[in-house]
Amino acid sequence: MDAFLSALVFQAGYNTTVVSIGSAILGASAGAIGAFVLLRKRSLVSDTISHATLPGLALAFIFMALVTGDGRWVGGLMIGAAISAGIGLVVVEWMVRHTRLAEDAAIGSVLSVFFGFGIVLLTVIQSMETGRQAGISDYLVGSTAGMLRSEDETIAIAALVVGAVIFVMRRSFTLVCFDQEYAAVRGVNVRLTDLVMLGLLLAITVIGLKVAGLVLIVAMTIIPPVTARFWTDRPEPMPIIAAAIGAVSAYLGAIISSLDGGLPTGPLIVLVAFGVFIASMLFSPRSGLFAGNLRKLSFRHDVHERQGMLALARGKRIRDPVTLRILQRKGLVRRDGVATPQGQAAGAEVVRDEARWALYCRLYPEEAAGTTHQGVTAIKEALPPDLIADLDRRLSLQQAQP
Amino acid sequence: MSNDFVQLSLMPLAIGVLACIACALLGNFLVLRRQSMIGDAVSHVALPGIVLAVILSGTLDVGPMLVGAAGAAIVAALLIELVRKVGNVEPGAAIGVVLTTLFASGVLLLEQTDTSKVHLDVEHALYGNLESLIWLAGDSWGSLLDPQALAEIPPQLPRLAIVLVAVSAFIAIFWKELVIGTFDTAFADSIGARPQGVGFGLIVMVAVAAVAAFDAVGSIIVIAMFICPPSAARLMTDRMPAQITWSVVFATLSAVFGYILAGYGPLWIGATSSVSAAGMIATVSGIILGIVCFIGPKRHGIRGAGALSAAPAE
Repeated sequence: MDAFLSALVFQAGYNTTVVSIGSAILGASAGAIGAFVLLRKRSLVSDTISHATLPGLALAFIFMALVTGDGRWVGGLMIGAAISAGIGLVVVEWMVRHTRLAEDAAIGSVLSVFFGFGIVLLTVIQSMETGRQAGISDYLVGSTAGMLRSEDETIAIAALVVGAVIFVMRRSFTLVCFDQEYAAVRGVNVRLTDLVMLGLLLAITVIGLKVAGLVLIVAMTIIPPVTARFWTDRPEPMPIIAAAIGAVSAYLGAIISSLDGGLPTGPLIVLVAFGVFIASMLFSPRSGLFAGNLRKLSFRHDVHERQGMLALARGKRIRDPVTLRILQRKGLVRRDGVATPQGQAAGAEVVRDEARWALYCRLYPEEAAGTTHQGVTAIKEALPPDLIADLDRRLSLQQAQP
Repeated sequence: MSNDFVQLSLMPLAIGVLACIACALLGNFLVLRRQSMIGDAVSHVALPGIVLAVILSGTLDVGPMLVGAAGAAIVAALLIELVRKVGNVEPGAAIGVVLTTLFASGVLLLEQTDTSKVHLDVEHALYGNLESLIWLAGDSWGSLLDPQALAEIPPQLPRLAIVLVAVSAFIAIFWKELVIGTFDTAFADSIGARPQGVGFGLIVMVAVAAVAAFDAVGSIIVIAMFICPPSAARLMTDRMPAQITWSVVFATLSAVFGYILAGYGPLWIGATSSVSAAGMIATVSGIILGIVCFIGPKRHGIRGAGALSAAPAE
């Protein structure tokens, strides 16, 4: 635990610090680009990208091992991975455009075939005399333990560059995500923007391979954005929140992994992110489970109260026990169900509100459809006082000339 | 040579073919229903279930593994529904969240276990151990008639045979409901064909086939077989029975050529050791799909329909 705390505040040595900061930058960039990909409804594309990196990774390893004798140079592996993931993306696009297969079938087949071929190449590496497979199997589930300092720095800088590009492109991304036609009218090149988005996704996948592993890097681009959706409805803060969640998850995951050298980083990062996801799903004030249930309960309470008061005003007997309890607590009815003076006054007020609202709906149907008023709260919460006064004037005129 | 073949290659080959056909049969419906990623999800989430079963039972026996994997599949299905409904998350992202999390817990569990006691690792889960399913007692073709030798065939073979029979029976019995439900859910509902029930049955069969095949051939081949042969078959014909036939043909070709290429191919070009059979089978199925994409007679379908098909029907 002490070791954990000291790592948390950068006291656990230079390497751990660089690894955790690098992972945090990576997590932030992955979360931010993932947010746009999620809004574009293409989350599963990142699954294709990550699986399709394997053959390129293996081929780069074999090539470098044959030429230089050591295949573990991280830059070369990244280039190989990027090329084969790019080919995978192109194949998916081509299949969707030129054959009758749907996108899910194209994604699934490319993903599994590329991965299968990658596995074939991995077994080739295993049998090679120069093949030190230790380096390459780290890329399956991720490992920050024993990373070289130069590797750390490469990853951190590359992730930072990607993050900067995302920041520059954020407006076009948002436009394209929400309204392609409008974006095109505004002069945004939709196809190019899409390409850049996928390119950045590809770049972050490749950069993150070593940290998170290729089976799980996809989670870093999916879970933080999905979590961010619980906290906001607006497109501007969403990538920022996703980036923050991604950064925290990756940072904690990398630290826990560095403490116990045997644990792969990828799963740790994913589980931390999932923890944040669950917490958000339960406790988010906007759309969390608890907040949602509280809202539902309070809405039910309002409906019972409102209907009860209407019944009082109309002199009807209330039989529903929940309604009775609510009204009793407010002192609107006596224990035997008869309205108190306050109850009668409140009932009359509700009836008047109903009449006001009905008139408002008739006079201004479009505005009425646009409000969130559902007729269970007092009308003065939905309409300004001068409008209510105007409605009252019209109502009394109506009553004067029946 | 031929006795070697019986001893070393006959069983893996037969197991590969059975697994491929079982998955491909079900895959036809997944591909048509735009549910291809379910095969992907099932094969990912089986991992934690299997690992947990191995830890709890302390053996590599198949019974607990199947129970564990089936349990994990059910948990995953519930979680995906929960995330979708409670979190109001779109289906693709919900699948992504749940399957990566479950796979991550599986990997962590694996790393925590004492691997010296039971042999199970990530590589095993990813690419299976098809090559190791040898039949030591079968020293010649005559052994196929020898009850004593037959008693020692790898247990995966009869298990996959049973699964294949079950899958075929499921498709044969519910053929009408499956086909109607696949093409027109509303119509199926209106005539009482219970599309939801049959759809759920399909997912259960997919999980059963995936788990049975998983242990023998690993998870990649499972995903590839659910998707590639049926996709290729879909580009060959417009008729459902013909598509199923084509998918079985493609699955068999992939299994046979994939296994042979993996086992003997490297020897032909002078290498000394073979490569992963599961990976090679997936590769061959991809090559077949690639060829069919260029020459399949029905590869285009209705012109322009491709643009409309991007959004999956819910």
